[in-house]
Amino acid sequence: MKTLVWVEHDGQAVKDATLSAVTAASKLGEVHLLVAGENVAGVAEAAAKIAGVGKVHVADGAPFAHALAENVAPLVATLMEGHDAFVAPATTTGKNITPRVAALLDVMQLSDILSVEGPDTFTRPIYAGNAIATVKTSDAKLVVTVRGTAFEKAAAEGGSGTIEAIEGVGTDAGVSSFVSAEIAQSARPELTSAKIIVSGGRALGSAEEFHKLIDPLADKLGAGVGASRAAVDAGYAPNDYQVGQTGKIVAPEVYVAVGISGAIQHLAGMKDSKVIVAINKDEDAPIFQVADLGLVGDLFKLVPELTEKL
Amino acid sequence: MKALVPVKRVLDYNVKPRVKADGTGVDLANVKMSMNPFDEIAVEEAIRLKEKGVVTEIVAVSIGVAKAQDTLRTALAMGADRAILVTAETEVEPLAVAKLLKAIVDEEAPQLVILGKQAIDDDANQTGQMLAALLGWGQGTFASKVEVEGDSAKVTREVDGGLETVSLKLPAIITTDLRLNEPRYATLPNIMKAKSKPLATKTPADYAVDIAPRLTVVSVAEPSKRQAGAKVADVDELVMKLKAMGVAK
Ligand SMILES: Cc1cc2nc3c(=O)[nH]c(=O)nc-3n(C[C@H](O)[C@H](O)[C@H](O)COP(=O)(O)OP(=O)(O)OC[C@H]3O[C@@H](n4cnc5c(N)ncnc54)[C@H](O)[C@@H]3O)c2cc1C
Ligand SMILES: Nc1ncnc2c1ncn2[C@@H]1O[C@H](COP(=O)(O)O)[C@@H](O)[C@H]1O
Repeated sequence: MKTLVWVEHDGQAVKDATLSAVTAASKLGEVHLLVAGENVAGVAEAAAKIAGVGKVHVADGAPFAHALAENVAPLVATLMEGHDAFVAPATTTGKNITPRVAALLDVMQLSDILSVEGPDTFTRPIYAGNAIATVKTSDAKLVVTVRGTAFEKAAAEGGSGTIEAIEGVGTDAGVSSFVSAEIAQSARPELTSAKIIVSGGRALGSAEEFHKLIDPLADKLGAGVGASRAAVDAGYAPNDYQVGQTGKIVAPEVYVAVGISGAIQHLAGMKDSKVIVAINKDEDAPIFQVADLGLVGDLFKLVPELTEKL
Repeated sequence: MKALVPVKRVLDYNVKPRVKADGTGVDLANVKMSMNPFDEIAVEEAIRLKEKGVVTEIVAVSIGVAKAQDTLRTALAMGADRAILVTAETEVEPLAVAKLLKAIVDEEAPQLVILGKQAIDDDANQTGQMLAALLGWGQGTFASKVEVEGDSAKVTREVDGGLETVSLKLPAIITTDLRLNEPRYATLPNIMKAKSKPLATKTPADYAVDIAPRLTVVSVAEPSKRQAGAKVADVDELVMKLKAMGVAK
């Protein structure tokens, strides 16, 4: 089987989510990549070094600059004439583009796969991960998105893919355009690849307290910072911090939940973490049912003490 | 302009899903069903656009069992003007839902279709993007802000790195994220009024759409359980354990 993997990048570097998608694709067959963007020669070169990749198709041009699904999906649909599977990481970009590709190909997409059970059979979470479905497709072509935490990352170095520019592409569908982006710049590790994450919940009470308590603890641990939906809704933390069913799915070595109750929608995003630490004043909070190290008490007292003693 | 809002009847988000003992799916017998939370946000957004004078009519659509009528009545009670129920006894996959919605869009000619970003049962996150593809329209997915100006819509999207704003030519597709708005509750008088609002019932055959599934669910299982949690007595014990794991020095 020939697969085409969507390379997630920021214009300079290949994002880690790509590497998990490559691993998933390699279980299906040959791995080819698609790098789409504007001035992405550097990205293509980096992508060609990913272990085990064959061709790296490059669509370089203004219509692809912001990965608008309206422009990218027809390109992918054309490339799929020569491939059997389109595989994208389940990032917001992947989730935006992939169903549009699937519909153009008249194929049912499999979202967020957790494992490859066979050439047409996969497992995927439903109901916020409270159930795992094994699903088999009857479509001739595969279109899947991959949950990053469920697959090892392919090695970023060691491959020798061949770069091939796609000729004659570059049309703008003319129905959408990019206006602006507010992308947070942070020195902290990105949530989906962080080894340790400290997340804060509604109990923090304000953006000020959130930063005053969570940031120093995260600094001590070299951790990424996450949040519950309640904390994001209340404006204590920006939207890209949200962990959960409808936020980011994370599985770090250590996840520290501070003042988070443990609603199923939150657990859906972090319950595959290796070690879960929870600090909550309510000893019956559901978060303690999944915590390996639970500490009952007032976070306003315990968190500074913990930061101090680490 | 007209707005179309697809709403799905799903297991209420407060109910813990139980996998059926025979592994064929999740038990939906005698449990509370509600409108998909993202679709409530979609209905609310359409109502706000109507209150601003941008939208003139809101049509709610649901595809599902006869009981999905209740979901449509909720949308009508919130403020939708009329509803269309496309009945289907089995679960309809996103691609087929998108095809049915396309047929309805062809008839109704809305300028906006506002969907939820994801149904919390199948967690597919596909239908809006698929509908956009079938129509050749622009798509503003995971929206946290929508501004309609003339013949375009400016949509702020929640993306992994933060926020992104795109401009879409109308007609267009929007899918809602959690922070777009806070949906209103239907008041009792409005619930009463909703009972007399028009609700048309159709079948997939009326739209000549094949809803045969492409996917077969081989089995549904519970996820592996984590060991029941253990507690530590104090910060010192926590620090000691973290050090033993090599997390802290
Ligand atoms: C469609 C949908 C999607 C959703 N998606 C997500 C998602 O992706 N991610 C997500 O997180 N949520 C999501 N939610 C929301 C989820 O249901 C919960 O509402 C949310 O996770 C609660 O956040 P919280 O734990 O911070 O707040 P709360 O539930 O209010 O919990 C606060 C906790 O802090 C504790 N506490 C209070 N004061 C102190 C103190 N001084 N010291 C120590 N502990 C204290 C309390 O005991 C309590 O357990 C979603 C909901 C819906 C309907
Ligand atoms: N059966 C359905 N009836 C009405 N709307 C639906 C249906 N299925 C999906 N949708 C719409 O599509 C959105 C995304 O669903 P999904 O792609 O299944 O995650 C939902 O939030 C609804 O707005």
